[in-house]
Amino acid sequence: MSLDLATTRRIAKLARIGLDDQEIEAVRAQLGGILGWIEILDEVDVEGVPPMVGTSVTTTLKPREDVVTDGNCQDKVLSNAPDREGPFFTVPKVVE
Amino acid sequence: MSYTLEGNTGTWEIVVGLEVHAQVISKSKLFSGASTVFGGEPNSQVSLIDAGFPGMLPVINQTCVEQAVRTGLGLKARINLESRFDRKNYFYADLPTGYQISQFEHPIIGTGIVEIELADGSTREIGITRLHLEQDAGKLMHDQDPKRSFVDLNRAGVALMEIVSEPDIRSPEEAGAYLRKLRQILRYLETCDGNMEEGSMRADVNVSVRKAGEPMRTRCEIKNVNSIRFVMQAIEIEATRQIEIWEAGGEVDQETRLFDPHKGETRALRSKADAHDYRYFPDPDLLPLVIEQSWVDQIKQTLPELPDEKRARFQKDYGITAYDASVLVAEQSTADFYEKVAKGRDGKSAVAWVTGDFFAALNRTGKSIEESPVSADSLGAMLDLIADGTINGKIAKEVLEEMFETGEAPIEIIDRKGLRQVTDTGAIEAAADDIIGKNADKVEQYKGGKDKLFGFFVGQVMKATAGKANPAIVNDILRKKLDG
Repeated sequence: MSLDLATTRRIAKLARIGLDDQEIEAVRAQLGGILGWIEILDEVDVEGVPPMVGTSVTTTLKPREDVVTDGNCQDKVLSNAPDREGPFFTVPKVVE
Repeated sequence: MSYTLEGNTGTWEIVVGLEVHAQVISKSKLFSGASTVFGGEPNSQVSLIDAGFPGMLPVINQTCVEQAVRTGLGLKARINLESRFDRKNYFYADLPTGYQISQFEHPIIGTGIVEIELADGSTREIGITRLHLEQDAGKLMHDQDPKRSFVDLNRAGVALMEIVSEPDIRSPEEAGAYLRKLRQILRYLETCDGNMEEGSMRADVNVSVRKAGEPMRTRCEIKNVNSIRFVMQAIEIEATRQIEIWEAGGEVDQETRLFDPHKGETRALRSKADAHDYRYFPDPDLLPLVIEQSWVDQIKQTLPELPDEKRARFQKDYGITAYDASVLVAEQSTADFYEKVAKGRDGKSAVAWVTGDFFAALNRTGKSIEESPVSADSLGAMLDLIADGTINGKIAKEVLEEMFETGEAPIEIIDRKGLRQVTDTGAIEAAADDIIGKNADKVEQYKGGKDKLFGFFVGQVMKATAGKANPAIVNDILRKKLDG
């Protein structure tokens, strides 16, 4: 399947990735290739098979108890922040 | 009386559905072990999962699941034994992972019902479409710096229940009644504290308008309204705006809007071109959530008596009106207090005292019922003293005030201040004779047909006995002397 340019631009915009015209064409071709490869799955007959979301049909979510076991690691949390201010992350002003 | 708005082209009705985000009461977050306590040092209650670090895996909090089931049972809703988590993708600074873990196609709770009461005494059922679990986002502060927004992730990952109603609401009053009732149920269940000021309960409001008998027209969503009063205002203002557009020959665009309570208007938050495209897909980190019916049944056993049931029982057991009962059950603490006072006593007189002089004294002293210096037992003891004739109702008001000030038991106050009711007919007769003797002119007028003057004589005798005379005996004696 081939991906059109408008859809590719939309995907880039949603991912907040800026691409020029040359780059967008390259990405369009790459994504199209990935989609084509995924489409091989369409050859499998899944008639009557309920949709599954994981590789296991027998395993379910394992819960944990409601206990505070984490957090209190402000320095670690902020360690990769490119522009931190006191205890805060900062970002260019966003007011919606 | 149904609610409508008059336009230039006729009468319009409104259609409203509410999406309420209710913060789940739990110690730790939905998928991480970080604390949920409100008001902590910024970014201190954040795990590497909440901060979206690579390679971190979410693990679901059993208590949050239980709270959702509990709420579902309280809303008389279908509990889905298998549900799933999906990623809702959007890019914003309060969301470090770039997606919110939510439940899209398979929510944990299905359809349910909330019954609301309206001012005219009627009731209506508002349908619940679904309830699902999801993560809260972080908090942005825009006023700390001219060019930057500050990000605090303490709230990121805290469990929310999104409770979606059917578009069954037809007036601002119904929207208010629905939110109050929902908050009441959540508080009774102890699954959400319902505190709208702290943001632990917020509403998105879907509004459209139509002429009677029409199908639905385009709706707008007003995001994040944080008080019941604002929800009611926003509905009316938004409906009025839409009517103006339709009547001018325009089209209402389906869009997301913000309510500005200062300006009294709603305005567009995002145009259609920028509308979110969430690209939901199943979260590959999380397997299906499967719960056992036996566990659901166990939770059901622990549900408290809910407001509707309590109200009905109060009316039946204590013989009080629907209105009084709904005032009492509004808060569980009030209902418990009343029940202690009323048990084994006259329910009607108990409700009159609790919602009358007792509430007034709480208001005057700015205290909550939990902080009341007068306990339910103590108020009950005072009611007993009225019932057995130790004091009359008028003196009781004075005693109650004193109880609020000193915290003393009523009988101590009565004895200390000598407030026992005078039932000695001799003393009352002497006082009556004295008053009649001093007011010969009024006696003449009374006998001449001015019946209203009877009240004057009663008042004077009560005054002469410092309010302590038994009013029934005073009445009897005066009747005999004046009419006989």
